[in-house]
Amino acid sequence: MNLAVAVTDLRKSFGRNEVLKGVSLAAREGEVISIIGASGSGKSTLLRCIPMLEVPDGGEVAIAGETIRMRERHGRREPADAAQVNRIRGELGFVFQTFNLWAHMTVLQNVIEAPVHVQKRPRAECVAEARDILEKVGLGEKLDAYPAHLSGGQQQRAAIARALAMRPKALLFDEPTSALDPELVGEVLRVMRALAAEGRTMLIVTHEMGFAAEVSTRAVFLADGRIEEEGPPAQVFGDPLTERCRQFVGRHLNR
Amino acid sequence: MDFDFLGDTMMKLLAGVPLTLQLTAISVAIGAALAILLAVLRAVSRPGEYFVRFYVFCLRGTPLLLQIFLIYYGLGQFAFVRESILWPFLRQPYWCAILALSLNTAAYGSEIVRGGLQSVPAGAIEAARAAGMSKLLMYRRIILPLALRQALPAYGNEMVIMVKSTSLASIVTLMEVSGISYAIISETYRALEVFLCAGSIYLVINFLITRAVAAVEYRITPHLRPVST
Ligand SMILES: Nc1ncnc2c1ncn2[C@@H]1O[C@H](COP(=O)(O)OP(=O)(O)OP(=O)(O)O)[C@@H](O)[C@H]1O
Ligand SMILES: [Mg+2]
Repeated sequence: MNLAVAVTDLRKSFGRNEVLKGVSLAAREGEVISIIGASGSGKSTLLRCIPMLEVPDGGEVAIAGETIRMRERHGRREPADAAQVNRIRGELGFVFQTFNLWAHMTVLQNVIEAPVHVQKRPRAECVAEARDILEKVGLGEKLDAYPAHLSGGQQQRAAIARALAMRPKALLFDEPTSALDPELVGEVLRVMRALAAEGRTMLIVTHEMGFAAEVSTRAVFLADGRIEEEGPPAQVFGDPLTERCRQFVGRHLNR
Repeated sequence: MDFDFLGDTMMKLLAGVPLTLQLTAISVAIGAALAILLAVLRAVSRPGEYFVRFYVFCLRGTPLLLQIFLIYYGLGQFAFVRESILWPFLRQPYWCAILALSLNTAAYGSEIVRGGLQSVPAGAIEAARAAGMSKLLMYRRIILPLALRQALPAYGNEMVIMVKSTSLASIVTLMEVSGISYAIISETYRALEVFLCAGSIYLVINFLITRAVAAVEYRITPHLRPVST
């Protein structure tokens, strides 16, 4: 099986705060990996390093076998080829905690924006595909609505549609339901569950332990910038090997 | 009240309206384009930031009147200006006034656009990066559209100020509304009536501009209104 996402020995510091201390993680095609851990353990940083939204200080990222080339410049590491990074970003769908839809565009315009202008695919084809995707996430009636006129759950489903429209090789979710009212969480998780069932490669940072246990093929527990525990969800959520993971999972399941 | 005189004055002043409008329209257009360039330059590069800050400092800190004089009387002092292909333009008071007005409004405008740029939510930019947009595409499709919508109301103010600023063009012999009114007054010594007429013309122009800006703003911000069905 091919690796959709491979992260090797990733390191990242913010000033003197060493957030990632060598994290390696690989997702085969079709795998759903949930990433859990305490606040500040570096989950978002790890996820954001994959499309180079944060530039790691060390380590490698490869998407579908293609390694993102890095170079040193003025003592700082940076991607060697901005065009490569932009292309690879287009092959990854990133879903943010706060949706981050473009406020001046309708739902449909949000969804076709990058396919048309970044991937330069024919507009008509993008629109047709966007309609199908929006139908699938339950927004078939909201094509012409502006983000401000949608509920949080609808906005997040639109953001997922926007990510899907890029035909991504993997989807990255950073706490996609944390900013939602409890009654809206379900509709977003339903969409994500359907994506997992389709065999999409997904990396999900989440505090929804029950959901993570149910959809993931593998779970990763991050603590202090390292992978403290990794394994099938039954192990990580049900019977962790490490004491820290046991405590973390215990605290979260009891809530 | 001498209605014959008022009517006569009004007709004479109205003849200056096209020039007032031209000076405003052309310098607002050039100035706005420059303002966007300056604001973006300031946002994307450190040396650019220093240059733009210095530019704004100079143009905001000196009177427009002085800037018009400097360009009208000053540029001709330089041989390279007199020999350049732009000299046929720069020797004319009309283009000197437009140049001064454009450079001046660009300074104020760049500050307005800068405010707009700062109002663009970080998340919108982050999503554009994550979608693989280049910096240029991001500015064109996401950042400037959001920033300019935000800046438009304040820019409306700047346009109104520009209409009034064109009155300074009269000092380099341009016969726009104010220029004509000075001429009438020096013939008739009836300052009150003439200035009342001129003032009412400026009021009408600015009223129309304000309404037009509000209409444009309404059109381009459907996302900021409650849904209408
Ligand atoms: N841009 C940044 N600049 C400086 N420090 C940062 C930055 N982003 C993250 N950090 C720091 O890095 C550490 C890890 O942050 P990160 O957001 O990855 O944690 P997290 O596991 O996602 O936490 P949470 O569950 O609260 O989202 C934190 O101490 C945070 O303060
Ligand atoms: Mg986080």
